[in-house]
Amino acid sequence: MIGDLFSFLTSSIFEGFLTASMRLAIPIMLAAIGGIYNERAGISNIGMEGFMIVGSLTGFVVSYYSGSVWIGILAAIFLGILLGLIMGYFEITLKVNQVVFGISLNLFCVGLTSFLFRIIFGITSNSPRITPLPTIVIPILSKIPVIGPILFQQTALAYITYILVLITAIIMYRSAWGMNIIAAGENPEAAETMGVDVIRTRYYSIIISGVLCSIGGAFLSTASTGLFVQNMTAGRGYIALAILVIGRWDPFGVFIAALLFGAADALQLRTQLFNFDIPYQFLVMLPYILCMVVMIFFSKSSRAPAALGEPYDRGGKKSEI
Amino acid sequence: MHPPLSSQKVNLQMQGITVRYGSFIANDGVNISVDHGQTLALLGENGAGKTTLMKVLAGIIKPESGRIQINGKEVQILSPIHSQQLGIGMVHQHFMLIPTLSVAKNVCIGLKSAGYPFPNILKVENELIKISEKYNLQIDPKAIVSTLSVGTQQRVEILKALYRGAKILILDEPTSILTPQETHGLFGIIKFLTGQGCSVIFISHKLNEVMEISDRITVLRQGKVTAEISKDETNEKDLAILMVGHEFTKKRTIKPVPPEASELVKIDRITYFDERKLPVLRELDLTVKKGEIHGIAGVDGNGQVELAKVLAGILRPDSGRIFIDGNDVTKLSPGKRITAGLAHIPGDRQRLGLVMDVSLGENFILETSGKEPVSKHGILNFNNIRNTSKQLIKDYDIRCISVDQTAATLSGGNQQKLVLAREFSRMPKFIIAMQPSRGLDVGATEFVHEKLLEQRENGNGILLISTELDEIFELSDRISVIYEGKILATLSREVANRERIGLLMTGKTDV
Amino acid sequence: MFNKADNHNIELEFKKQRRAETLTAAGSSIGAVILALIIGAVIIRLLGVNPFDAYRALIDGAFGTKNSIAETLLRAVPLAITGIGITAAFRASIFNVGAEGQLYLGATSAVCVGLAFPTLHPAILLPLMAIAGMITGALWGGIAVLLKLKFNANEMINTIMMNYIAIYFVSWLVHGPIQQPGSPLGQTAGLSDNAILPIILKQTRLHIGFIITLLMVLLTGFLIYRTVWGYQIRVTGKNMFASQAAGIKVKWVFLSSMLFSGAMAGLAGFFEAAGIQHRMIENISSGYGYTAIVVALLGQLNPFGVLLAAILFGGLQIGASTMETAVGVPASAVTLIQYLIVILFIGRKAFSLIIQQMKKNRKVAA
Repeated sequence: MIGDLFSFLTSSIFEGFLTASMRLAIPIMLAAIGGIYNERAGISNIGMEGFMIVGSLTGFVVSYYSGSVWIGILAAIFLGILLGLIMGYFEITLKVNQVVFGISLNLFCVGLTSFLFRIIFGITSNSPRITPLPTIVIPILSKIPVIGPILFQQTALAYITYILVLITAIIMYRSAWGMNIIAAGENPEAAETMGVDVIRTRYYSIIISGVLCSIGGAFLSTASTGLFVQNMTAGRGYIALAILVIGRWDPFGVFIAALLFGAADALQLRTQLFNFDIPYQFLVMLPYILCMVVMIFFSKSSRAPAALGEPYDRGGKKSEI
Repeated sequence: MHPPLSSQKVNLQMQGITVRYGSFIANDGVNISVDHGQTLALLGENGAGKTTLMKVLAGIIKPESGRIQINGKEVQILSPIHSQQLGIGMVHQHFMLIPTLSVAKNVCIGLKSAGYPFPNILKVENELIKISEKYNLQIDPKAIVSTLSVGTQQRVEILKALYRGAKILILDEPTSILTPQETHGLFGIIKFLTGQGCSVIFISHKLNEVMEISDRITVLRQGKVTAEISKDETNEKDLAILMVGHEFTKKRTIKPVPPEASELVKIDRITYFDERKLPVLRELDLTVKKGEIHGIAGVDGNGQVELAKVLAGILRPDSGRIFIDGNDVTKLSPGKRITAGLAHIPGDRQRLGLVMDVSLGENFILETSGKEPVSKHGILNFNNIRNTSKQLIKDYDIRCISVDQTAATLSGGNQQKLVLAREFSRMPKFIIAMQPSRGLDVGATEFVHEKLLEQRENGNGILLISTELDEIFELSDRISVIYEGKILATLSREVANRERIGLLMTGKTDV
Repeated sequence: MFNKADNHNIELEFKKQRRAETLTAAGSSIGAVILALIIGAVIIRLLGVNPFDAYRALIDGAFGTKNSIAETLLRAVPLAITGIGITAAFRASIFNVGAEGQLYLGATSAVCVGLAFPTLHPAILLPLMAIAGMITGALWGGIAVLLKLKFNANEMINTIMMNYIAIYFVSWLVHGPIQQPGSPLGQTAGLSDNAILPIILKQTRLHIGFIITLLMVLLTGFLIYRTVWGYQIRVTGKNMFASQAAGIKVKWVFLSSMLFSGAMAGLAGFFEAAGIQHRMIENISSGYGYTAIVVALLGQLNPFGVLLAAILFGGLQIGASTMETAVGVPASAVTLIQYLIVILFIGRKAFSLIIQQMKKNRKVAA
């Protein structure tokens, strides 16, 4: 019995599923880790979907022309900063409705990437490809059953993601920056009296969020697939928003929740390969249905930062006449 | 790090401070000064400009003109953190704390001296224990702020200011959330602090407290200083005249409610659990008679908000029943209760009472939009809405330009009048008035009280929930004290006195 | 305090100010359109095409002939009808991003009814199909609000998820149970003549759905501004706590605004299926449910504004393909301009901020 279980756990089919789970989880995880920063600082980023798709295209195009995936990712980071600044300007400085702006920005970004892809590559029958990042198998550790394939048979970008999860936890719970971010998101007025520059903190947070979302998007095109497809994020930015709620704005919670979704995605892809009698459409639906179901369980007990979505007016502004 | 309370002596002077909000002058050439080891009381009614002046000192607002001197040296206060570096610490009326973080983290947010970028929380905690012991503040620095009582949170604010090196401590209306006994404790802390050479600016509109704690008194009225005197040279009566411009018209002559007056509202063992499953109301019993004002005294946070919401039908009690005129309304929606004759003047009027971004007219019909003559067959009758609104604006003297302007453009007092006009024009039988004069100036408060008494004269029952003991004593026929979700005692107007009510507010029943 | 004449003057002044505000509001929509077109011109120039030629081709394609006008209006139909639905939901602060899925399901069930009763008289069959589409759209949207009310689940995320679910579900249906026998394509059999919307302009495809759209815009305007329901939607959207305390059934307001929104999306689906495709196909909508969101925003959540914005976007989309054939600018450039319009519109406050800053700088310099 136990022998059977062990041989199943170490079988190549199951190991393939496990590696794929993490690979599919990484983009959502990166975006949701980014979301921790901005939401904890009190601004929402409904535009994650848009940030991701821009990251996908930028990463792909620059990798394609430069021949280096890392330069592509660097370019995606740059675009992430730019998008973060734009979103910061709208949501922090102009104080527009954050939901409305986020939705509109997503639509804009999808339109933008489709247009640019078309301009850059024209209409071709064989879509351009790049060589995706190689898998780095870490010796010894990768041999641990279950955990090995999940964690230690991944691309370099995945390892960077783990480090980012750890760094985020340290920043949020141990550093002065994390305290500033949490203060800005819970009680911005109080934060300001304690010497926290709420506006600047929020700008930094949304820029970090933009960068991480953009890398998440770039992961899809440069590490997972090696190609760009219109609208290839397919709602992952919105799923990342749900992951934040499910993971309770905690880096490790987000890690686990994203992995769950990666597993669901991997499961449906594998099942498609096996040609069961289930129509593929129902399999593709699986992550979206899972997202709704899990949200139902977590939404009531999860507590969002108190000032989330509320623009901040500096008290001193009124006297500047 | 700044050593807390060095022996260095500090004095502060503000001269000719002027602050304008648009065309409104909040501070008009105000002068104050306070010496080391001294307590200065800043006395004035709501809207007199006390808080604005202190926000200037705290670096939150920059004045249009004026000079500030600390130890004879002129300073420009650039930001809140700069103000703290100058030795000024402010305890705001609404606490400036992050409820999800620990006391220690709250104290050192934004302070690079605690360690940057990784603050040494352990060290901060140890330092806090020392300061806390020295001043007898009794605070556990590891505690998460949201789990602490209001009184403790206030002490956390004081601790925070001291840790940040405050030598001039500003306390903005600190007693409004305390029981008389807790207030006594706070005064002990203040005296101890001034004894150590610290200066305290005590902001209040309560004459008795000002007379008790201060050395000097500066009185503000409508943004101007009307007096600057030593405590020994004045008395409560003179201060009152200086504060409001005329003598208080205390003690109304109202007919007592006949003892045989019939019961209008009966609240029968209401229990309510909050989101965290903690009991907020615990088998609470209460009655209100026809033609009676029943005052509910108590320290903020003892279930008053929930009591009002449960009565209004916004919250569902977990057990117990509510009767209006003998009818069980426990299961009725807010709308049905309104139809049954209930009126609700909420404590947070901007959130619960009004829709700030729509017109006055649309605010007037908030409760009656589905009923004739406001609408017929689901279609609004704008002529009727306009005419009724204009009439109400006239009757309640709401200062406005047009019925089409939004509620947000009205002053606080006029917003409250808008709520009163809407509620009372429906001819209710039972009125819940939650902190009806909060944030209003003397004139508006007077107006609200008169309207409430008018309703009482009409034979309606009123439940007045207030943390202001003055208001409770002035209006109530009977006074009950709420403590931790229970009514501890109900006293008639004749036997109730401040001391007894004050003790009850702290939960002491054996007196 | 004031004498009567003064009071009168103040009120007049206030009215003047209000009128100016309304004009500025309309102006900001128009300004956003113009600015986006200018930015679009720069992009077109960068592609090596004369922007004037491109825009001439665009306008020609959208409004040049009777047929192009008809096509423009035809395209405006799903955008306007879905847009007024989204208007109602957004006014109640219910962020329905699920119109796309509601439209797909509405179209499918309308076609199913049409296929089930091919011989029924059009006067009965078409309304039946419309009702089926509306009910389906409404129910699909309603689920998201029920989840919000019951579990506090975010309706915006859920409606997005439900779009994917609906579109895959419809894809399965048209490849499976309701696929046209013998066809390899993802589509149903064609509708009978009785189930097809009558044409109102000869030699074009403009069908009666356009007239119904105009009527629905009027009706929605009436509902939002003149009825108790519309009033309750507006105040609940602004402050649900005060509305609830005042006895308004806010849960019903949330639910009903979404039901209305979903019904409109379903109706749009019915128009597309019964008016244009004459069957259900896998890709019945090219993102109308999403474009309708920006149409609603640009129309400032006012049904009449939404209609104008829908016609504008319809014209841009129809003119885009003419532009592509005439001067070689990809049609997706117009999609970009569309969304740019809305981004600029949302950020309109930036212009007044910048002007303020410039004035201040000038003051400092002087």
